Amino acid sequence: MEHTLESLAEEHHVGGGRKEIYRVTIILSVLTGLELGLGFAMMYMPYESLERHLFKGIILILMVAKAFYIVGYFMHLKHEIRNLVMTVVVPLFLFVWFIIAFLSDGNSFRNNKNTWDRDHKERSQQQMPVKEEENTHKME
Amino acid sequence: MATTATTPRMWNGGRSPFNVEYGKLMMWYFLMSDAFTFGAFLISYGTTRFATNGWPNPNKVFDKAPFIGGGFPLVYVSFMTFVLIISSVTMVLAVHEGHKMNRKGVVKYLILTIIGGLIFLGSQAWEWTHLYMEGAWWGRNPFPNYDGTISTTNFTNFFFTITGFHGFHVFSGVVINVIMLIMTLKGTFDKRGHYLMVEKAGLYWHFVDLVWVFVFTCFYLV
Repeated sequence: MEHTLESLAEEHHVGGGRKEIYRVTIILSVLTGLELGLGFAMMYMPYESLERHLFKGIILILMVAKAFYIVGYFMHLKHEIRNLVMTVVVPLFLFVWFIIAFLSDGNSFRNNKNTWDRDHKERSQQQMPVKEEENTHKME
Repeated sequence: MATTATTPRMWNGGRSPFNVEYGKLMMWYFLMSDAFTFGAFLISYGTTRFATNGWPNPNKVFDKAPFIGGGFPLVYVSFMTFVLIISSVTMVLAVHEGHKMNRKGVVKYLILTIIGGLIFLGSQAWEWTHLYMEGAWWGRNPFPNYDGTISTTNFTNFFFTITGFHGFHVFSGVVINVIMLIMTLKGTFDKRGHYLMVEKAGLYWHFVDLVWVFVFTCFYLV
């Protein structure tokens, strides 16, 4: 038993290494920097505009890229046996259906409500009273 | 047992089919299930957001930072994000030192990882306290939508639930790392002849970082 565990610990020298760690650190920092840059640029775009949605899409793609580097290199999954990778990654593809189905459901719910429930639409167009507190309650 | 030279066509025990230790494999499966939990949270958040007219502007809501005050969107949360990424890096380095059986290296990097985790938790505590003082909490939302219309409490409910759930994961991660540190200092892993336990704690810690990548993007950026 002891022997097996030690040999398993040995196996994991494949890949990895300090160089790879530093390389992935730089990649992750650059991706985060890009995300933040896009986030700052987005502030100057009108709401619900096409370019804003486009930027959001790019940010989401960068997010998945970051996830890939963390799981693949930091969590070492890229250097594991293929079967292990498959048992972990394949079930996650459920998310593809999960995201498409639920988000489109939410979207159609809003459209239906706005079309058929006039009251709801009117209510959601009411301005929120601005509290005085907001101006006085500044952080120190 | 003399005929073990011929490889069996079907796996029949005796060796690890995935070439990893049992506990590590189970950690992977646990993390996969946890990914579904967080995925479900984030997708329900997205669904609600798609089903709602208007939504508060995160750049207005989260624009405060300690010492410099308000009007600085994304600044504080970028700091938190980098802290978590760097603590993930120090955790990989701790695992790396563990492979080399270098106890001092493992101790050093584990301590750095724990400090990173504590800074993150402290930042989150500051942010929560600040939002609470502004009147935000479960069931209370003082922030209007981006176009000034009345917002729903879904915004704060999802924010506090999901960042709270993530923060609790960070907290558990710090506790696990402290236990790893104590075991390393006591020489438990040197006696065992391997640092696989630190590797498993590392997997959990990276997962916490991974979840933050998604939470950060979904709540603060888009």
